[in-house]
Amino acid sequence: MTQDERKEGIKGMANPGRYGIERVAYWLMRLSGLGLLGYFVAHIYETSNILRGQVGWDEFLDLTQTTEGHLFLTLVIGMCVFHTVNGIRVMLGHGGVGVGKPARPDYPYDPASQNYRHKIGIYSAILLAAVAMMYGLAVMFGE
Amino acid sequence: MAQVSSIADEQTSTPLSSSKSITLKIARYNPEHDESSKFMEFSIPYEKWTTVLEAILEVKKHFDHSVAVRYSCRQATCGSCGMIINGKPRLACFTKISELNSDIVTVEPMNNFPIIRDLAVKFERLFDSHQKIKPYLIRDDSELEADAKEFLQSPQELEQYIQFANCIKCGLCNSACPTMATDSSFVGPQALAQAYRYVADSRDKGKDSRLKIIDDSHGIWRCHFAGSCSQVCPKGVDPAMGIQLLRGYLLGFRS
Ligand code: HEM
Ligand code: SF4
Ligand code: FES
Repeated sequence: MTQDERKEGIKGMANPGRYGIERVAYWLMRLSGLGLLGYFVAHIYETSNILRGQVGWDEFLDLTQTTEGHLFLTLVIGMCVFHTVNGIRVMLGHGGVGVGKPARPDYPYDPASQNYRHKIGIYSAILLAAVAMMYGLAVMFGE
Repeated sequence: MAQVSSIADEQTSTPLSSSKSITLKIARYNPEHDESSKFMEFSIPYEKWTTVLEAILEVKKHFDHSVAVRYSCRQATCGSCGMIINGKPRLACFTKISELNSDIVTVEPMNNFPIIRDLAVKFERLFDSHQKIKPYLIRDDSELEADAKEFLQSPQELEQYIQFANCIKCGLCNSACPTMATDSSFVGPQALAQAYRYVADSRDKGKDSRLKIIDDSHGIWRCHFAGSCSQVCPKGVDPAMGIQLLRGYLLGFRS
């Protein structure tokens, strides 16, 4: 049955290229959500090093004081900001806010839900994430 | 009598004699004996107004009659001819070759639907899901019993759902949906949009029972508002809007 369903699968689900910025936002939201979840687990593990006393703590913290560590944290900053800002947009949308009003459609049937309000929300999330990442890079590498 | 024979003599399609032509690539697959799908290529002349469906019918007429394709109205009304055209779900009868801006036109069966043969896919699940949300007015009385004989509605009340009543059950939205791509039990944008169509109808009293049906682990909560359904809908139904408005009821934003 499943074989013959011909579901597009994860590849089709994740392919962000075909359906505009809304689908890209959907994909980034999932990716950043999973990324943050991964970071959250790693973060618990990292901070649990305090049980090894000050030496263990400092030793582990040194890992983040490397170029790779800085780039990793920059990515986390980006994911955090995008996920939060876009999350607020998505929650508003899910509640029916800013998705347009039902109206008799006219050719070429531009869908009212794919409107500039939500597009602005998505681009703001991306822009703010980029700005926060640049600020993070400046602070971490600027010492 | 003369009129009848002239109808019989009429060409079934306009002969295409344009100097412009495209390569039409058709995905061929018969689940009964083929291992995988293969593309067959045809060079098809076209005019500014030639639709993809007409090009496919041209292939059937002159090159290979065995190409399986479903169509009926040829005017975006019956919902039969949905397929993937150059990577996106579209109606073949509603897509002009000239608007694709490509020398190669690739047609494949819709994703997230089982194949019957070549371009024709099974609609059982689409129709089952549609039926599941009770796509009819629910109320205790009926026009036959009520004194009024008909249930009046103001133009404003009509505006609340008429957009969603445009749905032709073509399945393009379900084919574009990223949740449909991985979850075969998801009720899907088509059925959810229709749930909203009836919930928003002032004559209907079945809101609670419909909300209960879609408030399911494979129901409305699987929608992530990616909007692809609305972007491919050929009738301006905007399922994504309907779904978020519907979810508004469940989240307490609307009553
Ligand atoms: C204020 C901060 C946050 C907000 C506003 C927020 C909002 C959201 C929203 C609205 C969704 C659902 C998106 C959808 O329907 O497609 C979501 C998904 C998710 N979030 Fe968050 N979130 C936040 C922080 C976090 C954090 C800190 C983590 C990790 C520990 C996280 C992990 C996830 C995961 C794993 C998903 C599921 C992704 C998916 O499968 O699509 N989120 N978030
Ligand atoms: S909502 Fe639009 S895309 Fe989906 S089945 Fe109806 S007409 Fe087709
Ligand atoms: S043939 Fe009827 S919708 Fe295309």
